[in-house]
Amino acid sequence: MIVQALAFYLFSAIMVASAVMVIASRNPVHSVVFLITAFFNAAGLLLLIGAEFVAMILIIVYIGAVAVLFLFVVMMLDVDFGQLRKGASQYLPLGGAVGLVLLAELLLVLGGWVVAPSAGTLALAPTPAVEQMSNTVALGHVLYTHYFYVFQASGVVLLIAMIGAIVLTLRERQGVRRQRIEGQVSRRRDEVVAVTKVRVGEGV
Amino acid sequence: MEIGLAHYLVVAAIMFVLGVFGIFLNRKNVIVILMSIELMLLAVNINLVAFSVYLHDLVGQVFAMFVLTVAAAEAAIGLAILVVYFRNRGNIAVTDINQMKG
Repeated sequence: MIVQALAFYLFSAIMVASAVMVIASRNPVHSVVFLITAFFNAAGLLLLIGAEFVAMILIIVYIGAVAVLFLFVVMMLDVDFGQLRKGASQYLPLGGAVGLVLLAELLLVLGGWVVAPSAGTLALAPTPAVEQMSNTVALGHVLYTHYFYVFQASGVVLLIAMIGAIVLTLRERQGVRRQRIEGQVSRRRDEVVAVTKVRVGEGV
Repeated sequence: MEIGLAHYLVVAAIMFVLGVFGIFLNRKNVIVILMSIELMLLAVNINLVAFSVYLHDLVGQVFAMFVLTVAAAEAAIGLAILVVYFRNRGNIAVTDINQMKG
């Protein structure tokens, strides 16, 4: 139990510290790297309470795809980030006030909050015992039965996002030499080959 | 000492507030704003999974995965818009976006 508490405080301290660095660091590349650290520690936190599948998906999807996409875009854009940073301190009081109020409200809600005694009986999909089936198998049993249509809809969301990203960033470049297959196939011999009689000493 | 639901909720609340604060702090830099949104979605995911585990209900983890899907789609579209905007204007200052008309 003491190991669990130690791991929890370690993971959450590193996660909160790297979240602070994400929003405070001057260089966006550093921000992305700290974002990756935050995601790793969040995955550790989820692993700690036994949500293995979501933790692994967090690492694969968030770090492997989203954070790397961020890194790619940050390095591709040639922007003077120091100039963007200018005047950030003028938003500090307002942002700090809003953040503090929000945090106070959330903590107040958490302070006076208890789980209803009947909440355990209301579970839509009760978690099976670990000896019975693993977290991944149990999630699959729920996801592919009760939530199958939502699962398909999330696939459509991803498809639309993919098509949208491609349509937005695709551009026709001028002056690119492309292969024209129909032109190549429809060439005929008498259009392109000419037999000429070359006289000696004169050339074509 | 026992790590309970309240511990996870407090950590997620701190992460969410940091995300909101990041949007205020980096008002001009869209990339960091998008990263702050990712932090807020991560906090929501931690909340969902923590409730799911402590109430012994798997639905929370299923919905955490749907939130993850939407977050990935949002990041892809947002960054694509950002790249197009940069290509057209040469910078990514959000304060100038209101000049886009039509």
